[in-house]
Amino acid sequence: MKLRLATVWLTGCSGCHMSFLDLDEWLIELAALVEVVFSPIASDVKTYPEHVDVALVEGGVGTSDNLALIRQVRQHTRVLVAFGDCAITSNVPGLRNSHPGADTVLERAYLQLSDSSGCLPQAPGIVPELLEQVLPVQAVVPVDVYLPGCPPPAARIRAVLEALLRGETPVMEGAELIRFG
Amino acid sequence: MSVCTLTIDGQAVAAAAGTTVLQAAQQAGITIPTLCHLEGLSPVAACRLCLVEIAGSDRLQPACVTAVAEGQVVHSATPRLRDHRRTLIELLFTEGNHVCAVCVANGHCELQDLAVAVGMDHTRLPYRHPQRSVDLSHHRFGLDHNRCILCTRCVRVCDEVEGAHVWDVGWRGEHCRIVAGLNQPWGAVDACTDCGKCVMACPTGALFHKGDGAEEKHEEAWRLAVILRAHRAGTAP
Repeated sequence: MKLRLATVWLTGCSGCHMSFLDLDEWLIELAALVEVVFSPIASDVKTYPEHVDVALVEGGVGTSDNLALIRQVRQHTRVLVAFGDCAITSNVPGLRNSHPGADTVLERAYLQLSDSSGCLPQAPGIVPELLEQVLPVQAVVPVDVYLPGCPPPAARIRAVLEALLRGETPVMEGAELIRFG
Repeated sequence: MSVCTLTIDGQAVAAAAGTTVLQAAQQAGITIPTLCHLEGLSPVAACRLCLVEIAGSDRLQPACVTAVAEGQVVHSATPRLRDHRRTLIELLFTEGNHVCAVCVANGHCELQDLAVAVGMDHTRLPYRHPQRSVDLSHHRFGLDHNRCILCTRCVRVCDEVEGAHVWDVGWRGEHCRIVAGLNQPWGAVDACTDCGKCVMACPTGALFHKGDGAEEKHEEAWRLAVILRAHRAGTAP
């Protein structure tokens, strides 16, 4: 039976997903071994499905949408992989955490640094609200595998997926597998 | 010169009396991780990464300031020490704002290297995200307090090698930070000779050359090693 794979994009730049695409022709082999059930780059599914074997989660938890999605992901996923530095450390999105609260950040970005036409984005129910801080995934839900890197190199992603496809938990150690940055 | 014989991690080692445990280990090819230590500067045992177990004592001892003794039995890599070291590195990452991806020292950073060495794939502690400043008042260099781990290598190299004593440590606890002059902007301190030794001594991206972008701080360690060797030999210009 094919492994049911999801990739999830929270508050990140999509660089981890771009690195995933750097797997190049191995993607064809991977496609034969997995069923992609949810992914911003490989499916058009809008609702996170049930019974997912492996989810690669890119990005920190920075918005109300992120928070709802990561809880669904955890509930329906066997192996949750924190995919890249933003998921593990909050990384660049987390730079806003040094400022006190979401309002300060929004005011800085949309009012103080704008020309005279600046206004705060307001679209309740459409634009998700910023959380007060961008949190690493493990601060919100338990994580099974940490896959660091900004972005993780394709070889590192492949090493993790190959272990998971063999039914093993990847052993993450050494600069090839766990270097941040 | 009297010689002490001791064992480090089961290996028999002979070292001159007065040698530190760290030096004895290094001479025997045994690696003990360090961060605040820099050969050629006075040891201060600030980072505690080089803690070792010495038989007969329950207290862990910093290898950089502990002298060898006859018959000493040293363990440098027990599970207890490995656990402490990983926690220490996690504490350093979480108490500051270390964003490797956008750091000048990315790929050439001793803190980043040590995270790999201790097996840190994530931190088990919450990030503090303190509000810290950047000092760009110097015409050649910058100081980013977000990346400073207070190893004080800059303080010591400026005082002990350059002789300018621009740097000191100010404040206490979570407010502790490196200060130039009497807490002046770096560029306003007349004593600074613009030599750049502090930048070379910095193990992270806290001190950097202005204009350097991410990953562009490199080749500093060997340049400083040459200067420190010359300084010890009395041949420095």
